[in-house]
Amino acid sequence: MSLLTLAVEAVPEVSFTSEANWFLENVWIIPLLPALSFLGILFFGKRMPKGGAELGIAAIGAAFILAILTNVAWLDHRDNFDGVAESKLHGVVEDSHGEDHGDEDDHASAILNVDGVAEDVTLTALAEEGGEESHPAVAVLKQREWLVNGGVSFLVGTLLDGPSVIMLFVVTMISLLVHIYSTDYVSGDRRYTHYFAFLSLFSASMLFFVLSSSTLQLIAAWELVGVCSFALIGHWWEEKPNSDAALKAFLTNRVGDIGLLVGMIILFFSAGGTFDITTINEKVVAGEISQTAVTWAAISLTAAVMSKSGQFILHTWLPDAMAGPTPVSALIHAATMVVAGVFMIARLYPVFWQGYAISGSSINGLAIIGAVTVVFAGLLAFVQNDIKKVLAYSTVSQLGYMVMALGVGAWTAAIFHLFTHAFFKAGLFLGSGSVAHSVHSFDMKKDMGGMKEFMPTTYKTFIICSIALMGIFPTSGFWSKDEILVGTGGFGVGAEAANGSYHLMLVMGLVGAALTGAYMTRAIYLTFFGEFRGHGTPHESGPRITIPLIILSVFAIGAGFLNFPPGFLTGSAKEPSAWQERFGHFVEPAAAYFPAISHSVPSWGLAIVASVVGLVGPALAYFYYFVKVDGLAKETGEKLTGLPNGLTTTNGLARTGHQVLVNKYYLDWLYQGVIVAAVKGPIAKAAYWFNQNVLDEVVNTAGRSSVRAGQFVYKNIDQAVIDGAVNGSGQLSTNSGQGLRKVQTGKVQQYAAILFAGATILAGIFIVLV
Amino acid sequence: MMLNQFLLLAAALFCIGVYGVLTRRNGVLVLMSVELILNAVNINLVAFGAFQDNVMGDVFAVFVIAVAAAEVGVGLAMVLLMYRNRKSIDFTEVDMLKG
Amino acid sequence: MEFLQEWGLTLAIFLPLVGVAVMMAFPKSDEATHKVIALATSLVVAAIGVLLLFDFDFDRADEMQWAVSHDWIDIIRTQYSIGIDGMSLPLLLLTMLITPLVIIYSWNHFPEPHNPKAFLMLILVLHAGMIGTFVARDLVLFFVFFEVVLLPMFFMIAVWGGEDRRYASLKFFLYTLFGSALMLVSFLALFFLAGGETFSITGLADAVVENGVSRNAQLWVFGGMLLGFGVKVPMFPFHTWLPDAHTQAPTQGSVILAAVLLKLGTYGFVRIAIPILPEAAVAWAPWIGLLAVIGIIYGALGCLAQTDMKRLIAFSSVAHMGYVMLGIATLTDWGINAAVFGMVAHGLITGMLFFVAGSVKERYHTLEIKRLGGLLVQAPRMGWILGFISMASLGLPGLAGFWGEFPAILAAYNPANGLPVGLFRVYMVIAALGTVLAAGYLLWLLQRTAMGEPSEEFANDPHITDTNREEWLAWSPLLVLILVFGLVPGLIFNVTDDAVDANLSDCLSAGDLDSSVKGSFDIGLCEREGIDEALAQLNVAIAGDEG
Repeated sequence: MSLLTLAVEAVPEVSFTSEANWFLENVWIIPLLPALSFLGILFFGKRMPKGGAELGIAAIGAAFILAILTNVAWLDHRDNFDGVAESKLHGVVEDSHGEDHGDEDDHASAILNVDGVAEDVTLTALAEEGGEESHPAVAVLKQREWLVNGGVSFLVGTLLDGPSVIMLFVVTMISLLVHIYSTDYVSGDRRYTHYFAFLSLFSASMLFFVLSSSTLQLIAAWELVGVCSFALIGHWWEEKPNSDAALKAFLTNRVGDIGLLVGMIILFFSAGGTFDITTINEKVVAGEISQTAVTWAAISLTAAVMSKSGQFILHTWLPDAMAGPTPVSALIHAATMVVAGVFMIARLYPVFWQGYAISGSSINGLAIIGAVTVVFAGLLAFVQNDIKKVLAYSTVSQLGYMVMALGVGAWTAAIFHLFTHAFFKAGLFLGSGSVAHSVHSFDMKKDMGGMKEFMPTTYKTFIICSIALMGIFPTSGFWSKDEILVGTGGFGVGAEAANGSYHLMLVMGLVGAALTGAYMTRAIYLTFFGEFRGHGTPHESGPRITIPLIILSVFAIGAGFLNFPPGFLTGSAKEPSAWQERFGHFVEPAAAYFPAISHSVPSWGLAIVASVVGLVGPALAYFYYFVKVDGLAKETGEKLTGLPNGLTTTNGLARTGHQVLVNKYYLDWLYQGVIVAAVKGPIAKAAYWFNQNVLDEVVNTAGRSSVRAGQFVYKNIDQAVIDGAVNGSGQLSTNSGQGLRKVQTGKVQQYAAILFAGATILAGIFIVLV
Repeated sequence: MMLNQFLLLAAALFCIGVYGVLTRRNGVLVLMSVELILNAVNINLVAFGAFQDNVMGDVFAVFVIAVAAAEVGVGLAMVLLMYRNRKSIDFTEVDMLKG
Repeated sequence: MEFLQEWGLTLAIFLPLVGVAVMMAFPKSDEATHKVIALATSLVVAAIGVLLLFDFDFDRADEMQWAVSHDWIDIIRTQYSIGIDGMSLPLLLLTMLITPLVIIYSWNHFPEPHNPKAFLMLILVLHAGMIGTFVARDLVLFFVFFEVVLLPMFFMIAVWGGEDRRYASLKFFLYTLFGSALMLVSFLALFFLAGGETFSITGLADAVVENGVSRNAQLWVFGGMLLGFGVKVPMFPFHTWLPDAHTQAPTQGSVILAAVLLKLGTYGFVRIAIPILPEAAVAWAPWIGLLAVIGIIYGALGCLAQTDMKRLIAFSSVAHMGYVMLGIATLTDWGINAAVFGMVAHGLITGMLFFVAGSVKERYHTLEIKRLGGLLVQAPRMGWILGFISMASLGLPGLAGFWGEFPAILAAYNPANGLPVGLFRVYMVIAALGTVLAAGYLLWLLQRTAMGEPSEEFANDPHITDTNREEWLAWSPLLVLILVFGLVPGLIFNVTDDAVDANLSDCLSAGDLDSSVKGSFDIGLCEREGIDEALAQLNVAIAGDEG
């Protein structure tokens, strides 16, 4: 029996438990700490001696320690959990020894003692496969009521499992380093306190995000992350380009959020009216949700991922987001914001797995988006002069790798790459910040060059992280990138396909690797080699900047060793030995809410091919810059950043290509020049014109016509006819009164005479009548 | 005795009274004429009462006498005031209510 | 407590009028006394509100509580019948909160031509009318209170308004009066069609079924109400009075108008129109939904075209009320819960936006967006507040605005029985698109007013100071509530849910039908013959289609 079939059969029927180690149960404290520090800094930061930075560092530091303890606790929990486990679909799964759940057909009455099975299966597995894949990874789920709607209560809580545990570590660690780095980098800033407040909130939101137990929580945290990035990208909002960049980031993300909302709504209804992630996932895995619904949900959510994780064509905000302070860029690119999209796919993986039919296909939307992003963003990095933008496009490209990995079914590889990428990309950003801090510019061509001499520590760490980014053996990037390439199925280069053969993805991945090596070599040459082209005398940054760099470069080298591929130095590639695939074992859920992913088998052949291809890029770039440009520069004594007669000056096609790249595929022009300008300009104006001149005109015309009608009625009917009648009756009474008053003489005797006359007449009438 | 005789007497008195009211200019005389009219009525009342064996006529007559006394009191007071203000009790001169 | 049970709501309605009577006794020049009396009155009313909150039995939120019913005008069968349930409670408390805050804000900010006596008296009269509308359980009583609020608002705009106040106030008055007239006709028609026995809302709902009011008649009556309430909401295309009224009204007027008055219309839908005439509601709902999503997009586009801050906020109300109306149009408990939440959230958020706009105007003497800028530099706290409420207004989760928007969008995916599901899903996507535009106009507003450097014109103006004491007092409750409701939406949802459910006809959610057959469900049949009959009929129809 191969590992592949074992993995397919071994979807356990349990998902989660609510009782576990204290650290696992009370993991909500971790996001709470930075959240409280946000409020603390916001309200009291200015009165603190260090402007609130100390509070932020203390909170994130405590969160970091807790995160480590949580990781340790998870390490134990992952393999040794023996409590009562539950599942949303099957309920509490109870005690009964000796049952091999792999054989059970009746899920509803499934009975399982996790403990018993653990021993059982571990023994069997060790005996048969030498692995422990079958022990379910029981997530820790703690929930409480958030709101009631439609008679159903909706819960909020923490869902702690492999991916979220590892993200806790990554986020808190990178955030802590960024905090420390920032105390030097932004010291004396006009809004030092607010900066730290938002760093705290940013970390809190991301921690909240990775711990979300419901999609509603995911949405909330997703947007919170977005708004924090808005605040931090626009940190120096006095300058319009910065606030423009912040707006662009937020609005682009909002566009993707349409997809997020729609996708989550589809999942909500198709899962029977629930936001609960485990329920949704379990139902998708169990095939209880229609394929159509899942596909639509997956497509909609992909739109959200495209904006948040900067996938081609919604990536345009990411490079602009470099307007923010550099440590923020490091945080955004390594641990928070942009990995949220990747994490969301990982979290709702059954939806994507099922929706895109990842298993057994050789091409799908998610993988294509990732693959296209890898290459297209890599190309853009070549034409950037701003060192941060080079890194930004490189992030886009690396995120493409992660999305592509998820698209081809290499779930663990994606998370692993996310993990290693966090360290070396943070190291690169912080390194570029260190350089920029001393030359007061980000322009490699104008203000840098030869920094190797001035900043040895920064130089060394930058080189290490670059090598890791290029994916060169034995740095962490090599291991994670290789795993992704293996996941694509290998194109017959030795690896054994598991989830379909994604040949195109493999090719794109290899091209991307070559590109990465080339543009990083270019950036290194322009920054650290050649002659210094800036002003003044740069100097090495202080310890609060260099120590984080050193820590990160240590991780950039070593993080990859956590997940040696099975077969590395042991022979059999089919199953991992005790020290291989530790990371995968640690993070990959084996539970009812996770699909039955099978794992591709790695091969030496592919690793060697990938390494060779990955070295071709740097080699070409090295030849161009270090040999030709450098040689020419030494010859002429000029400060060169390129050859005067390069390809773009001699070849029309290359020039066109260069032009397209410089204009970023004209996407920005399309979005801002065409779409936004149209909505803001003519469309909005037209709508308003319609409002003022049509709708309002109707009202005003109605008003004016009534006034005119009123005047007409007043003049011709009211005054002439009705009032005439009234006046006429008045006139009549006046006239008759005038006549009658003559009778009133005031002479009593005359009255008496009339009285008697009248009496006489009446008497006469009376007599006549009677 | 015949009822007619009393009625004729009363009618004569009434006519004299009306004549006096309409023609006299002196206020006192007008008042006196009014008394004549009232007494004509009294005669009628008493006569009808006697002939019909009904005490109501007498009662009414007494009532009329009492009212007449009051009327004369008010009337004379008015005439007196008229005299005080105008030094005349000529009714034809008093036409301030002319419309 | 006995006393309050019987008299609490009545006191809440009429105490403001008592306050007005007391104020009449003092001369105009005695401003301090007037302020104190007005504030004290509104605070006492708010205290009643707090008592109400404690005494309210949340387990019976679907029933009328503190209910009082006395004969009023027997000859037309109308009663003085008041009471509150879970649906009116949040709105009532919102009203009771907003009025004292407006009075506090006014303390030293009376708009020209000053005259606090008259101004505060008008506010108190408005207060009485608004409370009365939310507690009335009788159509005539409701109508009376509904109209009572018109006049004070008219005077407030016409006397204390901006340059174009006469036009705006007249337009406001006549437009809404026009709507009310149709509404009154509908009420009367309903009364006579339903047997002429009662004006009570619940009584009418039963009477409509018992007397077998024809579908056509129901449609007409609902149409009249739609116009009456729709003008007040205001729904596209009856919204044109709103930007003018808001722009010209004094800050306090705008706040009350946005926070409470607009809700009278939507409240009318959920309290009167839909419970009494479910069949007609189903027939009209696709149209209401259409107007709602047009309003969302259209309002947002209108915002993008504005050059005046206050007018922009006014247009944003059109968009936001679009979400409320979309929630209502779905006729589901999710949608209407979202609508009630949306009303409260919009009241808090847009009220705050108008407060800030008023304070900006007071400092800069203009709301021309082009001339503003750098508020964050000159008045950092106010700039932050503007940022905070912009975020709340664009529907950021964690703040109140989100819970009015997202559930409404969600409900549109799966509307009530008898509604075209496909159409509503299109509405859903359009409404989701509206959130992008909302972010666009609000952030552009924020960028142009708060960010950047102050323009030269105002750079060194000493009058531009940061948030002062009265502003903090008036604003902080709103800001806190925006955050609290955002974090703990259950505070409102849990209260409204049962009441909303009780007010919706069972037929609307009967059978848990598949989305493909929902549209064919015959609500009228269900109302008359019962759920089983309608479901059976539906099955026959489906079988027929398949055969």
